[in-house]
Amino acid sequence: MTLGADWYLSLAAALFTIGAVGLLIRRNVLVMFMCIELMLNAVNLTFVTYARKLNDIGGQSLVFFVLVVAAAEVVVGLGIIVSIFRRRTEATADDLNLLKG
Amino acid sequence: MLATVLGAATKVDIGVFAVSAAIVLSGAIGVVVSGNPVHAALSLVATLFGIAVLFVAQEAHFLAAVQVIVYAGAIVVLFLFVIMLLGVDREEDVDEERLRGQRPMALFLGLLVLGEVLFLGSAQWATGAEGVAGAADAPGENIALLARSIFTRYLLAFEITAVLLVIAVVGAVVLARRPPQEIPEDDEVSA
Repeated sequence: MTLGADWYLSLAAALFTIGAVGLLIRRNVLVMFMCIELMLNAVNLTFVTYARKLNDIGGQSLVFFVLVVAAAEVVVGLGIIVSIFRRRTEATADDLNLLKG
Repeated sequence: MLATVLGAATKVDIGVFAVSAAIVLSGAIGVVVSGNPVHAALSLVATLFGIAVLFVAQEAHFLAAVQVIVYAGAIVVLFLFVIMLLGVDREEDVDEERLRGQRPMALFLGLLVLGEVLFLGSAQWATGAEGVAGAADAPGENIALLARSIFTRYLLAFEITAVLLVIAVVGAVVLARRPPQEIPEDDEVSA
């Protein structure tokens, strides 16, 4: 018998919060991307915990799809970041103000 | 009191959870506070490994392996590649606050999210209805159960993810390619 699901869910909530706060306060786009990965992982942990708690393999299947989508998202996102940084050298989101009125 | 909170978990379960939870949280905080992107990426690896251990503790063995291979093996390496390629691995002054009131606001919103998630998690939303994907503790290996679920019930979604991956690869190649008009004729001379 493993530990109760509440502990895992609380940990996932804390991890999601750290990722969300990091996304809001950091300016380096790469670190902001890593914070998105933290939030995705928190959600994955929640899915696996509920798959065990509710005895449904569907939660684990969904984590599989989240992993695939996360991989695709990272590939495209980093491609965008590379093509942005080819034009400018600064690495912060504050410098991407081309659309500023 | 403590026994009722911890349920029927053994000392090993509690220890594994405590250690990996500490690794997960310290890695996550490391991602947020470290000024150097390389250090942030390495903290991210710690978090991902901790999550993989928690997957094993909850009998999601295949997902734990995939977590290590895909996340720690591919995604973080991709991050490090981009950091090295762009040469943005210099220290960033994380103490500087350019937007006034951004940090208190972010912390407030984060605590709001935390409270909301904990509130929603504490409610009993589950109806107890039988899942259509199959039971997680059915006889057989975890990987076989997961494969049966993905290749029967979620087959269409699985095929669509294949298309998604192809689109992502093509998109990444198109994005990362230099525009042809920017390359001068005497490229090797200027380079």
